Amino acid sequence: MSDVLLQLDGVSQQYGRGETAVTALSGVDLTVHVGELVAIMGASGSGKSTLLTIAGGLTSPTSGEVIVEGKWLSTMSAKDVAILRRRSLGFVFQDFNLIPALTAVENVALPLELDGWKHRRARSAAMDALGTVELTDRASHFPDDLSGGQQQRVAIARAVVGTRRIILADEPTGALDSTTGELVLRMLRRRVDAGAGGILVTHDARHAAWADRIVFLRDGRIVDESSSRGVEALLTSTVRE
Amino acid sequence: MHILENYILLEVIVSVRQSLLAILDQGPCYGYQLKSEFDRRTGSTWPLNVGQVYNTLERLERDGFVERTDADADDQKNYRITAAGHAEVATWLGSPVVRTAAARDELAIKLAVAVTLPGVDIINVIQVQRGATLRSLQELTRTKNATDDPETAEQLSWLLVVDSLIFQAEAEVRWLDHSETRLARAAASGVASAVPLNYEVPKRGRPAGTTRVAQAR
Ligand SMILES: Nc1ncnc2c1ncn2[C@@H]1O[C@H](COP(=O)(O)OP(=O)(O)OP(=O)(O)O)[C@@H](O)[C@H]1O
Ligand SMILES: [Mg+2]
Repeated sequence: MSDVLLQLDGVSQQYGRGETAVTALSGVDLTVHVGELVAIMGASGSGKSTLLTIAGGLTSPTSGEVIVEGKWLSTMSAKDVAILRRRSLGFVFQDFNLIPALTAVENVALPLELDGWKHRRARSAAMDALGTVELTDRASHFPDDLSGGQQQRVAIARAVVGTRRIILADEPTGALDSTTGELVLRMLRRRVDAGAGGILVTHDARHAAWADRIVFLRDGRIVDESSSRGVEALLTSTVRE
Repeated sequence: MHILENYILLEVIVSVRQSLLAILDQGPCYGYQLKSEFDRRTGSTWPLNVGQVYNTLERLERDGFVERTDADADDQKNYRITAAGHAEVATWLGSPVVRTAAARDELAIKLAVAVTLPGVDIINVIQVQRGATLRSLQELTRTKNATDDPETAEQLSWLLVVDSLIFQAEAEVRWLDHSETRLARAAASGVASAVPLNYEVPKRGRPAGTTRVAQAR
C-alpha cells in the first residue's frame, strides 16, 4: 500500500548472549500510515526506546524487517541508511538536541545542508517548517534564548523539514509543563494531519491520547492496542496474526 | 457535546444546589431560566430537568436560602436569594470540595474482589479497562482539539469540564499501570493467590442449607 510510511515486521531485538541476554523486543509488528500518529506506552524497560531506534534505522534488529517508505533497511548499506534517515526521518527527544551554536533556523536547516541542499533553499524550507510550529518570529534566536516548549517546537520543525515525513518522538514532552506539553502535541498532531506520520513514545496517557492508535508494550511484546478507528483498525491488527 | 454523557457518572447533587444558589446570587430567576443558566455555564454536560430545579428550589426555600417573590401573570414562580443564601454561596466558593465515594470506586471494588477469585486473569481485567479508558481519553482529546481556542465564556467553561474529565481518565490509567506493576510483584512473591471461601464465619440468619450447597460445588 502506498500510504504506508513505516512498517516493522516481526522485529525482535536481543542485547547480549547466553545467560545474560536481554530480549528487548520480540516479534513486533507495527505499521504507520500517512496521517497517522501511533503512541507507544508501557512500563520502563518494556522496549519503547528500542522500538524507536530500530524504526529509525539507528539500530538494526536481531531479526525482522524495517521498511521505510517502501525501502527494506536490511538490504541497504549503512551509508544508504544514513541518507534515508536524513531525508525521510526526524527524531524528537526529551532533551531537544538542538545545537547551541546555531540559531533556530540554522538548526532546522542543518539536515538539508548536510544533504547537499543550497544554503538559500535549505533556509527557505527551514522557515516553512518553523512556520508550521508557529515560530517564524524566533527564527534567528539561539536555543538558549528559547523556552523549553519553543526549543521542542524547533525540534519538531527539524523533524519534518524538507522531505521528511516520519516523526519519531521519544518522550518529547517529558521536560515540559502540562500546558506546554499539550501545545507541542497539538503541533505534532497538526503536522501529522498535514500529511506526515509518526510514532510517539510516552508514559503519559493524556499525551498518548493525541494519537490515532495507542500500542502497549510489555516485556518487548505488543499486548494491547487501543484505536480510535474502531473496527477498521481491529481488522488490520488481526491480519498480522 | 453529548459524547461526554457516556462516561459522566458524577455525583452532582451538592454542586447543583450550590451552583443554582450562586446563579441566583446574580439576581432573581424563574425555574426554567435557572435551568438554562446552569446548562450553559457547564457546557450542558450535566443537563438538569426543570423538576429537579424546582425540587432543589423548594429545599433551598425550606432552609431559608431563597424566597419566593410574587408569582407573575402566568403563575410562574420567581425566586430570589436571601442574606443567608448569599453567605452560603460565599462559604461554598471559599471551601474545598470533598470527594465522596464516586464512580472510580466501582473499579477499585471490582479489582479488589477480582484479585481474590481463583481463575481470574486480573491482568486482563486491567488491560480491558485501560483500553476502554484510553479510548475515552482519545475521544475527549479529539473533542478538545476541535475547539482550539475558546471564543466565548461558555466555551471556556466547557473546556474546563473537558480538561477535568481528561485528567480524571489519566489518573485512572496511571492507577491501573501502578496496580499492574504491584500485581506482577505480588505474583512473583506468591502473595497474589485466590482467597478461598471461609466456612468458619458464623452463618447468622442464614438458611441451614446454604453452607452445604456451597461445599457441594
Ligand atoms: N544497549 C543496550 N544493551 C543492553 N541492554 C539494553 C540496551 N538498550 C536497552 N537495553 C535493555 O532493553 C530493555 C528495553 O529497554 P528500552 O530502553 O527500550 O526501554 P524503555 O521502554 O524505553 O524504558 P524507559 O521507559 O525507561 O525509557 C531494557 O531491559 C534495557 O535494559
Ligand atoms: Mg526509553
